Amino acid sequence: MELDPLMLSRIQFAFVVCFHTIFPVFTIGLASYIALLNGLFFKTQNPAWDRLALFWTKVFAVVFGMGVVSGIVMSFQFGTNWSNFSLAASNFIGPLLSYEVVTAFFLEAAFLGVLLFGRGKVPQGIHLLAAIMVAVGTFISAFWILSANSWMQTPAGVELIDNRFHVISWREAIFNPSFPYRFAHMALASFVTGGFVVAGVSAWFLLRGRDPEANRRALSMCLWLLLFLTPLQAVVGDYHGLNTLEYQPTKVAAMEGHWETANNVPLLLFALPDQEAQQNRFAVGIPNLASLILTHSLDGEIPGINEAPPEEQPPVMLVFWSFRVMVGIGLVMIATAFAGLLLRRRGRIYESTAFLKTLVGMISLPFIAVLAGWIVTESGRAPWLVYGVMTHAEGVTPSLTGWMALATLIGYVLVYAIVFYAGIYYLTRVVRNGMLPEHAQDKSDPDADRPKRPLSAAHTPFDDDVDPVRS
Amino acid sequence: MEMFDLSIIWAGIIGFGVIMYVLMDGFDLGLGILFPFAPDEDSRDVMMNSIAPVWDGNETWLVLGGAGLLAAFPLVYSIFLPALYLGVFLMLAGLIFRGIAFEFRFKSRRNRHWWNRAFSWGSAIATFAQGVVVGAYIQGFQTENFVYTGGAFDWLTPFTIVTGLGLMAGYALLGSTWLILKSEGHVQDWAYKITPILLAIVLVVFAIISIWTPFVNEVVWERWFGNLRLIWIFPALALLFAFLVFKSVKQRRESYPFIATIGIYVSTYLGLIVSQWPMIVPPNYTLWDAASAPESQLFLLIGVLFVIPVVLVYTAWTYWVFRGKVRVGEGYH
Repeated sequence: MELDPLMLSRIQFAFVVCFHTIFPVFTIGLASYIALLNGLFFKTQNPAWDRLALFWTKVFAVVFGMGVVSGIVMSFQFGTNWSNFSLAASNFIGPLLSYEVVTAFFLEAAFLGVLLFGRGKVPQGIHLLAAIMVAVGTFISAFWILSANSWMQTPAGVELIDNRFHVISWREAIFNPSFPYRFAHMALASFVTGGFVVAGVSAWFLLRGRDPEANRRALSMCLWLLLFLTPLQAVVGDYHGLNTLEYQPTKVAAMEGHWETANNVPLLLFALPDQEAQQNRFAVGIPNLASLILTHSLDGEIPGINEAPPEEQPPVMLVFWSFRVMVGIGLVMIATAFAGLLLRRRGRIYESTAFLKTLVGMISLPFIAVLAGWIVTESGRAPWLVYGVMTHAEGVTPSLTGWMALATLIGYVLVYAIVFYAGIYYLTRVVRNGMLPEHAQDKSDPDADRPKRPLSAAHTPFDDDVDPVRS
Repeated sequence: MEMFDLSIIWAGIIGFGVIMYVLMDGFDLGLGILFPFAPDEDSRDVMMNSIAPVWDGNETWLVLGGAGLLAAFPLVYSIFLPALYLGVFLMLAGLIFRGIAFEFRFKSRRNRHWWNRAFSWGSAIATFAQGVVVGAYIQGFQTENFVYTGGAFDWLTPFTIVTGLGLMAGYALLGSTWLILKSEGHVQDWAYKITPILLAIVLVVFAIISIWTPFVNEVVWERWFGNLRLIWIFPALALLFAFLVFKSVKQRRESYPFIATIGIYVSTYLGLIVSQWPMIVPPNYTLWDAASAPESQLFLLIGVLFVIPVVLVYTAWTYWVFRGKVRVGEGYH
């Protein structure tokens, strides 16, 4: 079998970036939540807010640490597997990625230590300030990364001279056409992810009767938040889609499984896109709805996938179904948020075991939705690495052979499997041992607080439960 | 057109970042290499506790260096990484395992021996890979039209294996002298005992590399045996510092061995730079060939000049807070 370094590099990048994304998408939302909890405590002095802030800061410490570890690999991937792209785009991508690193450093150096270890040691106002700055810092990091990604989707502000991009306008390049939409969509996704995780974990604590006062507050807050954010995310997603239709029509056509340019386009609920035959099999749809959504007119014309020659088309099956997974989960999340409102009116959100169990079960859904969304946008722009200018094939490292790419792919999968296992295992232990009364918490942890070592803020032993939970 | 040469400024920044990384991550990687040879579990606790507060701050310099290279000298990034492809993977895998092991070892009781192993193997592999990078840099890279055209294992030659092993000994020396500084009692006795042995290994490897290098790379030969006599000051300084390490260990001084080891590193590092200057991707490309556009270098410079002082102050403060001896049976503080 011939090993294709290009395909293997794409799989490798997809793997490491998906693995990495899981952590920041959660910490961005969680950092803001922790800042909010600290703010509420500062204002009301109610110790319930403080207990919540303390617990979620521990979780934040572990997830942030995992994000940093998995992020190190990302900063080398561009060079190892995509060296032609790195060289060509370095004038723009280089400073942006560096600014992300610099921002993260600054944040870590100045404020993370105070947030994680300064509780009770610095004045409350300073601690709150640190929490706010960490939250702001996570957004600034996301700003640079999403700007770089959006530029690859909708390049602007640059001129191509001798196969190298030169920045003509930093403002136009950084705030390129798809950036505002992608940033808003991703920021909301982070809040929604954080909201569902906090709601799910609070529900788990409530099911076990652990610190009901604090966890009821947390659950109630999250459900209010999600009630507004989940529908808002659908609206923002729609605008993002319209922006994509303008700049990357083939991607939108692939999302809709729409092959031929036509009017009165149906919204497909189910189909098996067949790339060979350039058509769908077993298509089931709602007449005219895609036209209505995308053009805001029942008979609006939508360009088809085959406007692009076959070699410039994305993998339609993958894009089509990833999009449906994302939207499907989005609808389930909206329904859950509204179910919470109905139960709340009858005062039962804290008692309904079925609802609480549903929330626990939903913890993983926002992560799947985020990954599905990224698969849509990333594979939907194939074969373009820089849209319309540079293909994946042009950007890949010329000296890379198939077996090299395969060896490191297997290597990263193994390394991450171990890291991920240890991390998730440890995280579940932090949750299991969380929100317990003071006297039940483990005090024998040999570890003391260490600045610049996020995990040491978690205080939970790796093995041996404090309060074994069988579930 | 510019008032000053941004490429030179950036070469200074990256060069500073590299030596900061080598010195700072060097001693904690070195302790990882020495870990299996420690006399007992108590010593291992002391070793780990002596670097626990600082090690991941040390590694941040690596990330800054990687991103800085992409921004300022993209050609280095786009040739070194493909050329060192498998070695880069080994280094990253080693660093990740080592980092995770570090965090979880402290939280683990029953599984501690596994994390010990991950820590020492991860440190050893990462160090070897970094030493190979140094060797590959001296060797030079096969390139054509700004693209790496060599094979998958060009980085793994007898020469680079020697530099890899040499750096392992070198980091171990940094580690043992750091341990002299930070420990007391039987742990310190052990560190005093192994330091001269490590120093001897480093000097032997140093001699082998020095004799071998001119044969590997003609430019370097010309540089050292041409008319530029002044550069012999660097190996002379390195030998002087090596003598100081030896003497101060014999006198059982506590901080001099570490400081003198830093001296060995700085002199060797400067010697390495002058051998290749201004080649940054030997043998074909200078740092100006490798530079990104001036507007890009300037754009990032503004942020970096603002942040590096903050990081330096914070780093210094961390080391200050955790100064003093680490004792058996207690944390570092």
